[in-house]
Amino acid sequence: MPTSPGLFYQVQFYIFGLLAIASALAFVTRKSPVSAALWLVSVMFNLAALYVMMDAQFVGIIQVLVYAGAIMVVFLFVVMLLNLGHPDELSDIRGKWGRLAAGGVGIVLLAQIMVLARTRFLPSLQPPVNPVFGGAPDRGAVGMIAQSLFTEHLLAFELTSILLLAAIVGAVAIGRRKGAT
Amino acid sequence: MIPEALALSAVLFTIGTVGVLTRRNAIVIFMCVELMLNAVNLSFVALSRLYGVTGQVFVVFVMTVAAAEAAVGLAIIIAIFRHGQSVNLKNINLLKG
Repeated sequence: MPTSPGLFYQVQFYIFGLLAIASALAFVTRKSPVSAALWLVSVMFNLAALYVMMDAQFVGIIQVLVYAGAIMVVFLFVVMLLNLGHPDELSDIRGKWGRLAAGGVGIVLLAQIMVLARTRFLPSLQPPVNPVFGGAPDRGAVGMIAQSLFTEHLLAFELTSILLLAAIVGAVAIGRRKGAT
Repeated sequence: MIPEALALSAVLFTIGTVGVLTRRNAIVIFMCVELMLNAVNLSFVALSRLYGVTGQVFVVFVMTVAAAEAAVGLAIIIAIFRHGQSVNLKNINLLKG
């Protein structure tokens, strides 16, 4: 963990963070599903930049490839497949009571954040004296994740593959037309 | 920069929650859930700077589950659309008494 990030780093961090928040707000308020999806892609790119800035290069690359590249393409593909761009389908934002309830929930969540920000971190959340990060510079960003993934979390990794297989089979079984073989 | 990242994560999660509560388009609601998962990933990555690489491993798992969830969920949405020609939650009320 770097001791004190420079001013350039901080400015970049704030720029990407504010862009992410602005994109998220635009994403929630757009009426068309297509533009909402594209704003969400923008959020994901900004988050990928933040991941790279926080020494998680592999996660940043995966974010761009898997999230922005694969999952969002699937979303856009479904939007096109269902032909949802018609003007009469556009106003899907709820009425007054729905908005009031959502605003109340949002305010409560933000108040919780503020309370948490004012309190001291719990003792269990204090950083360890000797952080593990940066301890193995020879393996690189991917090597460290691979070391942890294939030794400590091997069972979870294998279960993940079963989960993906089940999801593929389930998606095909659900999405298939009735009567098609 | 870790407190800032955690605050950003919380704000993004809140925006995602508000989106889930205000939208009626099922696909947009799904995308809001993806935004919430992204917010959680951000706090995982931020905390992995303090506690080692395990947080990044968890991010990989979360992304895998998100991909599986998107595949199955979108298949369900397509099936619902075939049934009722709409993805508006207002029109999906089969279970309403």
